[in-house]
Amino acid sequence: MFNDLTSALRPALVMTLLFALLLGIAYPLVLTGVGQTVFPSQANGSLVRDKGVVIGSTIVGQAFTSDRYFHSRPSAAGKGYDGLASSGSNLGPTSEALVDRVKGDLQTYQAAAPGRLVPSDLVTASASGLDPDISPEAAFYQADRIARTRNLPVATVRALVEQNVDRPMLGILGEPRVNLFELNRRLDAIGAKQVR
Amino acid sequence: MTLQGWLLIAAFTTITLALARPVGLWLFALYEGRRTFLHPLLGPVERGFYRFSGIDPTEDQGWRRYAVHMLIFNAALLLLTYALLRMQALLPLNPLGYGPVGEHLAFNTAISFTSNTNWQSYAGESTLSNLSQMLALTIHNFLSAATGIALAFALFRGFARRNATGIGNFWADITRVTLYLLLPLCIVLALFYIASGVPQTLAGSVDVTTLEGIRQTLALGPVASQEAIKMLGTNGGGFFNANSAHPFENPTALTNFVQMLSIFAIGTGLTYTFGKAVGNVRQGRAILAAMMILFLAGTTVTYWQEAAGNPVLHHLGVAGGNMEGKEARFGIAASSLFSVVTTAASCGAVNAMHDSFTALGGMIPLINIQLGEVVVGGVGAGIYGFLLFAILAVFVAGLMVGRTPEYVGKKIESREVKLAVLAIAVLPLIILGFTTIAAILPAGLAGPLNKGPHGFSEILYAFTSAVGNNGSAFAGLTANTPFYNGMLGVAMWIGRFFIIIPMLAIAGGLAAKRHTPEGAGSFPTTGPLWTGLLVGIVLVVGGLTFLPSLALGPIADHLAMIHGQLF
Repeated sequence: MFNDLTSALRPALVMTLLFALLLGIAYPLVLTGVGQTVFPSQANGSLVRDKGVVIGSTIVGQAFTSDRYFHSRPSAAGKGYDGLASSGSNLGPTSEALVDRVKGDLQTYQAAAPGRLVPSDLVTASASGLDPDISPEAAFYQADRIARTRNLPVATVRALVEQNVDRPMLGILGEPRVNLFELNRRLDAIGAKQVR
Repeated sequence: MTLQGWLLIAAFTTITLALARPVGLWLFALYEGRRTFLHPLLGPVERGFYRFSGIDPTEDQGWRRYAVHMLIFNAALLLLTYALLRMQALLPLNPLGYGPVGEHLAFNTAISFTSNTNWQSYAGESTLSNLSQMLALTIHNFLSAATGIALAFALFRGFARRNATGIGNFWADITRVTLYLLLPLCIVLALFYIASGVPQTLAGSVDVTTLEGIRQTLALGPVASQEAIKMLGTNGGGFFNANSAHPFENPTALTNFVQMLSIFAIGTGLTYTFGKAVGNVRQGRAILAAMMILFLAGTTVTYWQEAAGNPVLHHLGVAGGNMEGKEARFGIAASSLFSVVTTAASCGAVNAMHDSFTALGGMIPLINIQLGEVVVGGVGAGIYGFLLFAILAVFVAGLMVGRTPEYVGKKIESREVKLAVLAIAVLPLIILGFTTIAAILPAGLAGPLNKGPHGFSEILYAFTSAVGNNGSAFAGLTANTPFYNGMLGVAMWIGRFFIIIPMLAIAGGLAAKRHTPEGAGSFPTTGPLWTGLLVGIVLVVGGLTFLPSLALGPIADHLAMIHGQLF
């Protein structure tokens, strides 16, 4: 038994060191090198720049609360869409805090469209708090408001949403969804065209 | 529930089953120490590792020696991680300037990663430097997985060998598994993740001015390299707090699908390897069938409950299934499926927040872990855990029909059964014992976010996850306190190593036995009857033990939910 112990010491220490160099240093650094060379955009966060300023990542959500934009989902990441504090609400199905929060959000939406059922994802917090998407239903639900605040025909807004729906890959992978960063940028582009 | 959702589940199951044979054959080559096509490239590395550390890879170790070497190696890794986390502030690659990780948090995290649990008491993006993520954590993701597979190999040898004193060489097993399986696969997977949008950079963060003109800071880092092994090694500890729900860890439905497949790939492959090792692949197939039956049953319940949604919210005028704590790109089907896969397999990564699932939808992940993480299970740990149940099952079958218990050519005698029961009993004893302590002491009761039965579920889930070495959470629980970090750390250690030691003792004992050829008196351990018996034993032993605690937590929560009772 004692021999089992002493004979383990050298391999344990040396193997720890060797594996640390291989798996903890070489493996991530080599991949960083390859990633930065072959996929520089993705490896740095799929960032979008406008006149040199980073205005967002195509795959990470940002807060949209203005009436002029399609709203994003409620977020429990920090004070909302905090990229340093990803989190869900973790509220359970029988939580009073959850019901109060949903009631508050519902009031805002239902005041604009009384009597219509609100799509689930629009009033529920995502898992990451950084969800970049909403469901097409949640986007269409907001079309009337966008048309009103932007002075656009409702049909134009609905058509824009329709163009921006991402369909499931191979028919089964992923839900139909709308990327809000893309959708709201296109919305701004339409506005800019009309002003001109 | 939608047709699309069921097609997703069917596609996942089919591909998983199709992968079992090729992965299993590759593992079998490593089990036997055969040359592979990677040897010309990596063989020199392997030999170099042995030479520097003074290892003779052909030395056949008895079970005690195998166990001691495994333990000392894991202790060395544990100390390395603890030291790195504590000294984080003094080390390079710390772009956001994070201070040292606190004592009890570093204790908890070091055990968490050594034991293949990857419970996250910390929030990665706001606590850990890039060096800590790479060196202190990623290395465990590889080596705790390799340790699991090595231990499974040791047990396979126990069944396969005759009149033998040894069960293999621990160092050779982990080195081969790491070099010829985990590392090459992870390089391929990591490149795929980077191409799909998972960051891989040494930068710490980037500042964004959003369309609404607000400042947003996005945490970045070497995410893809960690993501690949996190899933393949059923580790589950995320780079970010939100784990695989974070768009930077899991950006698309395709990455999500690949992540789920890689959680199951090695676990299911090992059932095939077991069959090959004992000379009858139908033995492995019977185990895989039992695992898949339990997996599909769980998936059905969770998907059904999540799609049905929360009646409390429906009452307020919300349409649709339960989307609280779920990402729009995954939706209900892929989130439900992921939750069952990750808890069945002891992975613990999450792409949705289990705490916000409906009461019964969230009970399935809990039950999966309570069954002993044997529904596919963690890499290695799943199959050796399942074989303990198989030993119990032949014993029960022997009692029922009055036949001598035998399994794959080995007589199962009192020593094996006692040790198997010892290993299996650790799980409920620690889970229920520690949960009780936490539910009594003020320090424990301070933890839950939710009130009422759901709060109890949060505590129960935490200890279940820790002992089962899963690592997922009902994350509302505030676990980063001295009480929970300490208790959960101890629970994770016991849950890992107090099962391994009796298991290795069984392996050593079996290897020494002679072969008992299958005769007219043997109970057949292939085919549907045996599969049914395995499912039954797992459910009765694992399930019934926990039923009372489930009644206090999720079942009470469900009754409250359908009656609109809030807390």
